[in-house]
Amino acid sequence: MTIVYDDEPDADEIPVRRIRFTINGAKKVAEVEPRLLLAHLIRQGLKLTGTHTGCDTTNCGACTVLVDGKPVKSCTMLAVQVDGHEITTVEGLATASELHPLQEGFKEEHGLQCGFCTPGMMLAAKALLDHNPDPTEEDVRWALSGNLCRCTGYQNIVKSVLWAAEKLRS
Amino acid sequence: MSQALDEIKIGGLGASRKRVEDNRFIRGKGNYVDDIVLPGMLHMEILRSPLAHARIVSIDASKAWEIPGVHLVMTGEMMATRNLAWMPTLSYDTQAVLATDKVRFQGQEVACVIADDPYIAKDACEAIDVTYEALPVIVSPAQALAPGATVIRDDKENQNDNVIFHWEVGDAEGTSRAFAEADMVSRLQLHYPRSHPSPIECCGSIADFNRATEKLTVYMTTQAPHIIRAAVALVAELPEQMIRIISPDIGGGFGNKVPVYPGYVCSILASILLERPVKWIEDKTGNLISTGFARDVYLDGEMALRRDGKILAIRMHTDSDHGAFFSDAQPSKFKIGLMHSAFACYDIPYAHMISRGTYTNKAPGGVAYRCSFRVTEAMFFQERMVQAAAVDLGMDQAEFRRMNFVRDDDFPHRTPFGFLTDSGQYGACLDVGLKAVGYDNFLQQQEEARSRGRLLGIGISTMTEPLGAGNSREYDILGIKMFDSAEIRVHMTGKAMVRTGARGQGQGHETTWAQIVSHELGLPADDITVEEGDTDTAPFGMGTYASRSTPVAGAAIAMAARKIRAKARRLAAHLLEVSEEDVEWELGRFYVRSAPDRGVTIQECAMAAYSNMPDGMEPGLQNQSFYDPPNLTWPFACYIVTVEVDPETGVWDVTNMVAVDDCGVRINPMIVEGQIMGGLTEAYAMANMQFITFDAEGNCVGSNYMDYLLPTAWETPGFELHSEIMTECPHHPIGAKGIGECAAVGGPAAFVNAVMDAISYTGVRNVDMPMLPDRVWEAMKYRRDVSGAPPVLTDE
Ligand code: FES
Ligand code: FES
Repeated sequence: MTIVYDDEPDADEIPVRRIRFTINGAKKVAEVEPRLLLAHLIRQGLKLTGTHTGCDTTNCGACTVLVDGKPVKSCTMLAVQVDGHEITTVEGLATASELHPLQEGFKEEHGLQCGFCTPGMMLAAKALLDHNPDPTEEDVRWALSGNLCRCTGYQNIVKSVLWAAEKLRS
Repeated sequence: MSQALDEIKIGGLGASRKRVEDNRFIRGKGNYVDDIVLPGMLHMEILRSPLAHARIVSIDASKAWEIPGVHLVMTGEMMATRNLAWMPTLSYDTQAVLATDKVRFQGQEVACVIADDPYIAKDACEAIDVTYEALPVIVSPAQALAPGATVIRDDKENQNDNVIFHWEVGDAEGTSRAFAEADMVSRLQLHYPRSHPSPIECCGSIADFNRATEKLTVYMTTQAPHIIRAAVALVAELPEQMIRIISPDIGGGFGNKVPVYPGYVCSILASILLERPVKWIEDKTGNLISTGFARDVYLDGEMALRRDGKILAIRMHTDSDHGAFFSDAQPSKFKIGLMHSAFACYDIPYAHMISRGTYTNKAPGGVAYRCSFRVTEAMFFQERMVQAAAVDLGMDQAEFRRMNFVRDDDFPHRTPFGFLTDSGQYGACLDVGLKAVGYDNFLQQQEEARSRGRLLGIGISTMTEPLGAGNSREYDILGIKMFDSAEIRVHMTGKAMVRTGARGQGQGHETTWAQIVSHELGLPADDITVEEGDTDTAPFGMGTYASRSTPVAGAAIAMAARKIRAKARRLAAHLLEVSEEDVEWELGRFYVRSAPDRGVTIQECAMAAYSNMPDGMEPGLQNQSFYDPPNLTWPFACYIVTVEVDPETGVWDVTNMVAVDDCGVRINPMIVEGQIMGGLTEAYAMANMQFITFDAEGNCVGSNYMDYLLPTAWETPGFELHSEIMTECPHHPIGAKGIGECAAVGGPAAFVNAVMDAISYTGVRNVDMPMLPDRVWEAMKYRRDVSGAPPVLTDE
């Protein structure tokens, strides 16, 4: 994030770190305050607003992204910690011409209502399906147990993930 | 031969059409308030009170001003110079925007900082030094009403105690007579705990005042943009046409995003002062401790009974805890919302209720959390009292309900508190539920299990609730009548756009509204776009809460579409060169009665409206409707839950949950079921884990998601939904009734009744929600009722 300050005597004291990382396949360099949260680097710095913040306290999972393929709550990781790593956000799920089966599944099975939890849910689910292509309902529920949804009651979210798993297998 | 279109194929009424809004949400392309960035935008953070009740001795913000990047620090004193330190609430009270004299609850807004970025604004908030002088704290109505209690609202003239209202409804005399004649009286006392709607997205706003045009645009998380525009016009004294409220995508509302919050007001004033856009995004703690809570009502209920099980009368006394400001969002005529809709599905001759509202040192709110104005409490009290009475009578709980139900041939029916219900098949719904859960079989299993020391329980909750306020004679908010509106434009090529005064937050309006138009006009739903939430473009409406969108805005859409169809008929007659009386309608097409093959499609009529209208006809094909419903809609629900309680730990598991909902015509069954499952989950949450309580010093316990427990996919049980019974709403244009909240309203009692049934051997009458394991354990171990009321500080 670039911030322009009025030129006051203590303006030099704001420390900045340079980091390099890959996001949704694209290589980036950024200069960040050491205390900047990854969620804010993604949302404000990279303008990828599909990653949402719901709680700031690692509870809701709306901010879930993948770092090197692992689901991470980006509200609780510092931007400097992704130096040299690879991030996937919801914007990286679909290709130009094709939706990811998870995206299709959520629409097919009515796995979302307000949509606020959805990107985080899909990424947590992707991490599951990447290493377990044939999960049981119980596996899905456990894999999503770090993500809150206030609208759907989860039943359809679980179905959405199972729908995607089946499509990915075939 | 009919050439009518297949309604399901075109996405009309009854089609489980996939949602159009999903296309952006699954790609992460929604547009929530926090996603919006305006040029030159600044960021606001709020400093909140750490104490629940304290006099403000001084505020020193000098250090905050010194931090580079800070543009403005606002305090109550400064707001007062502009007459903005206080604002009106939705219940004719006042609420502090930024505290001036004292703070009255933990988390109250004391100051705010506007800076280049939110991190700087937060730093600056921490640099503000506030000196407080602590005052005695009140956390329950009992404390508030105790003689000598500190007066919380000493800012109000003539307020010498903590009572907000004393409200009565029903027939006191008839009720007394019935009680005198009763064979027995069943009594139950309980507390519906404070809860928070807690959408995952918190509240926020971006105020953008443009000095050059004098126009104020506010992007904000609101379920009712038009009411907000009116409120801003009144509070900020700005001309209404110069205010534009835009409610973009909303990450869940559930009633939490109806009121006006200090943060919105501060961001508006800051933008006016700084002439730059100012964004305020609340954090979760701010949302949980300061914005619209729900419930927090104590009941003392009595039921007069005849020995054979007939209910003769009901007496209810409620004490409600409204926090420091009376800001319930509810129709102005009713002080405790629609609490008196209790017992609407039962045929009971007399009822009387006394309700008292009190101030406490807790956050204000009293919002309709997935609820029509206290209907959730009403139905919970009702169904808990019904179960307690069945136990007292030694009757089967299902049979007791059935014998007291309003019969199918007894509509319209006057409820004991004076509402008029109009339709339903209560007994049939109960039958479906009992069959689905295998009732008789379960009772047998339960006995067997008990003999082996296992505790199984079954809980039933049956209820009809009033959804979709108005009519406007009886329902208004701050004097604005509770109608709603829709506007439809049919373009030349037969495509259309719908705008309404509602504002969805996940209910799928963009999908279902098109389906209503499709049903009325035969246009494929995919040819219709829906737009809501911008007061500059949408017709005036009261917004989306209390399950009123389908009953009111949905009806307005149907009525506007019918006006359009009437004009299209004239165009068709012109095109077909026959008189209007000779034109018949079938879905998507007008035809000549005597020659059904000769017809024109609705799209051809649309084209003609712009290119070939008859002489003297006004061009164009668009219309609008303001719909004032003749009555509320009365969906019915039967929820049945079975549980197993662990006798050692008090932990309980749901083994089965059956939901039978009769909500009239279902526009989009898939979406209706989604609403029901969402509601059931919140019902489970309230019964099992979710509540906000306070310690004796007024510290909010439940100020983040580690303390305010919401169930995840792991805890949430599966649900079995039933839709076999369908009773059309007799007055709604397409026969639909509200549904968004039924499950959250009727559900909690089913869970609680099931656990109470499982531990009925103890003789305990009540364990307050949430039925945490330690509470259930305490009930089993000590065989006593367990209260969830906050503790009171004593001298020891
Ligand atoms: S915002 Fe990161 S877990 Fe809630
Ligand atoms: S869809 Fe609204 S929070 Fe999950």
